[in-house]
Amino acid sequence: MKISVYRYNPDVDKKPRMQTYEVRPVQGMMLRDALLEVKKQDESFAFRHSCGEGVCGSDGVNVNGKNCLACITPITELKEPIVVRPFPGRPVIRDLVVDMTQFYEQYRAVKPYLIRTDSFPEREITQSPEDRDQLDGLYECILCGCCSTSCPSFWWNPEKFLGPAALLQAWRFLADTRDQATDERLDALDGPYKLFRCHTIMNCVDVCPKGLNPTRAIGRIKDLMLEKGL
Amino acid sequence: MPIPTRHFDALIIGAGGAGLNAALQLAGAETSVAVVSKVFPTRSHTVAAQGGVNAALANVLPDNWHWHMFDTVKGSDYLGDQDAIEFMCREAIPTVYELEHAGVPFSRLDNGKIYQRAFGGQSQDFGGDQAARTCAAADRTGHAILHTLYQQNIRAKTHFFDEYFALDLVRDKEGVISGALVLEIETGEPLLIEAKATLLATGGCGQVFRTTSNAHINTGDGCAMTLRAGIPLMDMEFYQFHPTGIAGKGLLITEGVRGEGGFLVNKDGERFMERYAPRAKDLASRDVVARSIVTEVKEGRGAGENADYVLLKLDHLGADVIDKRLPGIRESSRIFAGADPIREPIPVFPTAHYQMGGIPTDRFGRVVIPARYGSEEIISGLYAAGECACASVHGANRLGGNSLLDILVFGRLAGKDIIEYVRANPHRRETDPASLEQAMARLTRWERTGDGVPAHQLKAEFRKCMEDHAGVFRTEEVMAEGYGKLCELRERFKDARLADQSKVFNTARIEALELENLIDVGLAIAVSALNRKESRGAHSRPDYPSRDDINWMKHSLYYRDGDRLDYKPVRTKPLTVESFPPKERVY
Ligand SMILES: Cc1cc2nc3c(=O)[nH]c(=O)nc-3n(C[C@H](O)[C@H](O)[C@H](O)COP(=O)(O)OP(=O)(O)OC[C@H]3O[C@@H](n4cnc5c(N)ncnc54)[C@H](O)[C@@H]3O)c2cc1C
Ligand code: SF4
Ligand code: SF4
Ligand code: FES
Repeated sequence: MKISVYRYNPDVDKKPRMQTYEVRPVQGMMLRDALLEVKKQDESFAFRHSCGEGVCGSDGVNVNGKNCLACITPITELKEPIVVRPFPGRPVIRDLVVDMTQFYEQYRAVKPYLIRTDSFPEREITQSPEDRDQLDGLYECILCGCCSTSCPSFWWNPEKFLGPAALLQAWRFLADTRDQATDERLDALDGPYKLFRCHTIMNCVDVCPKGLNPTRAIGRIKDLMLEKGL
Repeated sequence: MPIPTRHFDALIIGAGGAGLNAALQLAGAETSVAVVSKVFPTRSHTVAAQGGVNAALANVLPDNWHWHMFDTVKGSDYLGDQDAIEFMCREAIPTVYELEHAGVPFSRLDNGKIYQRAFGGQSQDFGGDQAARTCAAADRTGHAILHTLYQQNIRAKTHFFDEYFALDLVRDKEGVISGALVLEIETGEPLLIEAKATLLATGGCGQVFRTTSNAHINTGDGCAMTLRAGIPLMDMEFYQFHPTGIAGKGLLITEGVRGEGGFLVNKDGERFMERYAPRAKDLASRDVVARSIVTEVKEGRGAGENADYVLLKLDHLGADVIDKRLPGIRESSRIFAGADPIREPIPVFPTAHYQMGGIPTDRFGRVVIPARYGSEEIISGLYAAGECACASVHGANRLGGNSLLDILVFGRLAGKDIIEYVRANPHRRETDPASLEQAMARLTRWERTGDGVPAHQLKAEFRKCMEDHAGVFRTEEVMAEGYGKLCELRERFKDARLADQSKVFNTARIEALELENLIDVGLAIAVSALNRKESRGAHSRPDYPSRDDINWMKHSLYYRDGDRLDYKPVRTKPLTVESFPPKERVY
């Protein structure tokens, strides 16, 4: 099986190139296993990975034009030749390793933490199972970046549009009955760009390896803004 | 060229649950703190914890911290320190409430309280009926906790050094730890971080074994750094093999599956745990279940083409329960075992999972070693917490749900103690150039070119060796042979070479540095295991099948220098209650 990977090492390369390797497929092989085989043949090849089970969010890559997590993408699902590139639109540090600084900054910008003004009870703050269900499909985000780096609005306005991952987390806290900063959160998202640059192109939903739906979350934030008359 | 230097009051190495909870305490005080992690914090392996965290909240069944303490002492096969265990079980309750207040999306009961499930080794009333003590966020509890702690650190504006790799601890002229030399992975440049107090929170070392539930990054770095600083590691022979890893892959299937009512069967469909643990059955302690599975397979009752695994059945729970309580397991099983647990059982076999031993600490996270005036003298300014540390609350066998608890409780306590320490010791320590040079040598050694084994090849050999010679069952013969091979590997490692000499994000170089750590830690495990001539908890020796409290109720201490061992007594006296004397352990 042929696998072609994007290579660029600023220490030695003037410009990026694609390099093809021959990897022997085995049963149950994931794309991450194939990339590890490539690394065995050529230790200078770099990519991030860790858990190997789709929970740490380290190994997002672009394969045959689509973002995915390498460790849970079976190679049998990929058409040959397999072409692996770094996430689109991000500065490349080396090979498949990209600079995700901006993605993390956008995450931080939505104040992704529970805010309460009331004092805390001695025990847990109670929450009904139905209210807790509202967080399903939101809290599971692993910050892999597959969604935001495939979002056209994010490519065009990365400084201004927060992108699907950050907005999904914004909604995660708005949806939490324990949080008491709704107005503050909505105010912070107001304006033509941060939220409203989403044109429901749905790329984000299409690629999320955890099956989450940022578009819907963005829609819910917009609804809530209307409801609050902002 | 002088190495760039940064100064902080406290340096925390590791951004898993332990490191992040410590950082939160420090950020709240007027203490400057740097958190160094070789991966972006939410990629730390705490993220993979599934089943939950123990606390006697009594939300589902009657419970109290004293029962929790009894189960933990018994689970530890009486090697755990009872003062630390009492402390942890009491602290568990406020710790979980604090987490909930911080935003952890725990699953809920109908009355709005935190959902709790049954886990192995839990009982009511000191060994009575099954308890339900494990607080869960579906089967993604670690993810929920780690992300929440990171989020709270964003709020607290903690100073992070993401993707910096700690190379070694450094000392001042008096020999006091003055921080660590780290490597910025992106640029490949070294940086000296000086601090008045240093906390190691580097997590586990599962990568020592070939088949493991641990991530690629779990390479025992902090433990190896400690060894190189001349400090011993404690109880390293006690390595937990989790009963249910996906067969052939090692990926974890949480004990929560059995807690929700799943059970194990052999190729004949027999529910074999009934034979090994008549009372607790599938929820016996992990060491017991792991040995039972290996025995079933050894005796020819394994399932599958090669009869090399057993089956974990949960289809009878129904799709609703599985999707609500175990969604992550369903997903993993489908992807990696090709089995949808709603319809078919999951093929499982024990997988290397958790180090009970580690850097010896007291219950404030302070590193303690035998010195002139006793077996537990504090090393000034050095702390450890989390899986890399040994307080010791898990003794010879950890109970499920007690590790997340351990990392949170002792991470927090270490953070608090560091605040006091920094107040009492406000002066900056200057690193001794000789110490710095020694740390730098770890890096520059890889600049040597020429012939030599590629580092990655040695790594595969090493991990296989550990799996073959320090697994679930250990005899003198097998272990002695393994030790021989490891010594040889250690020698060959000296000639290992890197072909790639570039600097920017050189992952081959990082892996070579990690391999050095793995070998140091692997030897600690092998030597401690070879010398312990009894069976206790996870350390199971067919040639010494019983526990020997007269000779062996003591903690091992392994020193890297000359593969030397020392021992120290177990702390059997709790803080306020009566101690639990050793009893035969039946489930
Ligand atoms: C699959 C799985 C499931 C589990 N489920 C449960 C459960 O349900 N309940 C339970 O109680 N326990 C569970 N455990 C155990 C528990 O999750 C771990 O013991 C615990 O999370 C370890 O936390 P930690 O903070 O010590 O380390 P980690 O979370 O592993 O963090 C280590 C940190 O150290 C950093 N680091 C390491 N080396 C270096 C270096 N050289 N330089 C810089 N940084 C470094 C890493 O980047 C990382 O940030 C599970 C474990 C696994 C593997
Ligand atoms: S739906 Fe919105 S956020 Fe998602 S990819 Fe499209 S523009 Fe981006
Ligand atoms: S929403 Fe999905 S794709 Fe986006 S960062 Fe989270 S897990 Fe990744
Ligand atoms: S390696 Fe962790 S998500 Fe793929």
